Amino acid sequence: MIELKGVRKRFGAVEVLKGIDASVAKGEVVCIIGPSGSGKSTILRCINGLETYEAGEITVDGTRVDRAARSIVEIRSRVSMVFQRFNLFPHRTALENVIEGPVFVKRQPRAEAAERGRALLARVGLADKAEARPSQLSGGQQQRVAIARALAMQPQAILFDEPTSALDPELVGEVLAVMRGLAEDGMTMVVVTHEMGFAREVADRVLFIDGGVIVEQGPAKSVLSQPSHPRTQDFLRRVLHPL
Amino acid sequence: MQSFLRDAAEFLPILLQGVGLTLLVTVGALVLSTLLGLVWAVMRVSGIGLLSGLSATLVNVIRGIPIIVQLFYLYFVMPDLGVSLTALQAAIIGLGVAYSAYQAENFRAGIQAIDKGQIEAAQSIGMGWWLTMRRVILPQAVRIVLPPYGNIMIMMLKDSSQASTITVAELALQGKLIASASFKNTSVFTLVALMYLAMSIPLILLVRHFEKKAGKP
Repeated sequence: MIELKGVRKRFGAVEVLKGIDASVAKGEVVCIIGPSGSGKSTILRCINGLETYEAGEITVDGTRVDRAARSIVEIRSRVSMVFQRFNLFPHRTALENVIEGPVFVKRQPRAEAAERGRALLARVGLADKAEARPSQLSGGQQQRVAIARALAMQPQAILFDEPTSALDPELVGEVLAVMRGLAEDGMTMVVVTHEMGFAREVADRVLFIDGGVIVEQGPAKSVLSQPSHPRTQDFLRRVLHPL
Repeated sequence: MQSFLRDAAEFLPILLQGVGLTLLVTVGALVLSTLLGLVWAVMRVSGIGLLSGLSATLVNVIRGIPIIVQLFYLYFVMPDLGVSLTALQAAIIGLGVAYSAYQAENFRAGIQAIDKGQIEAAQSIGMGWWLTMRRVILPQAVRIVLPPYGNIMIMMLKDSSQASTITVAELALQGKLIASASFKNTSVFTLVALMYLAMSIPLILLVRHFEKKAGKP
């Protein structure tokens, strides 16, 4: 459902994406791994139009992603995003965060949206935190609210931009568990992550990106266990055995 | 002291008429400057080059001309251009426009202080520019903007005295008229000062309240 063809993107003099070709099928879980600054997050941000791209083409279900076009709003409601730093709205409760999109973008009746919102909070294990403000929640809880907020748009796919990188280590598990649940329910997911365990167990496919190009891709187990490219081998060695 | 109290009893009713006009000018200019300031600020952050350039230019021109000159312009020059304003109208418009520049800078700072991640989160759930502004940015910016806003209110209350230069008989001008008629400078101007102070103190307390609230998440 998501197609990238020869996507190029530069920030000033630095070309961060040097021709990315990739596709994500419906129901597939794709993990993007690679060193920091390799362009992983930029790919996600281009897919839902938070960044522009200079060359190539990105399509979602055949619609071209164009930040300036009217269609971008529709694409964003089909492809939700979960951010590294959660980006919850601090002036609203957990439930209000979740129903903000349904009520104000999709114009659903408030009572109906609230009912669904509570069900989504229950699904991420936060039924009792509906009235809490983000500042009263732990990082892991905030990220789970953010996932519920993304789900509330009834997306066909969710993009996760390093969803556990800003969390204390003991809170990572609760977020990954929710994501694993989504994957099991058949949600299409693109996950930029440093959690190799998660990638190995949940991902259908892994893309290794370095220097703005896809160096290696394939089934999670083969890329992570028997990487064929020396750069992938080197990266994995350093991530898995930092000492 | 006794003579001061006697003078106070005598002059207070006239000075209170001036207070009425002072409040009218202040509140009128506050409303106008807030609305205009919001417009300038939103134009400035709109991301549309023409609008933000226009807003920046306007703000700088307004900021660069003394309030008193702007008042003279409205009251003495505009009639030559075929627009006659009463002194009160000229005072409210002049002070309102002059202060809109400071309001705009305050609002812009508040808007730009909001984390970029908030805008991205809003966009990612399909919000357009205006919805993002209304539902995400402005409600958060208000907390940041309120304490300086209170200070602007206090400055405005005091600067409303400049309307006296275009014959608006507000508190300062009433005081000056009574003083020059009665020669009781000390009593009259002490009264005038105390009355401005009495009007400022509630505003000062309000600013303190805003500051406390802004500190909380």
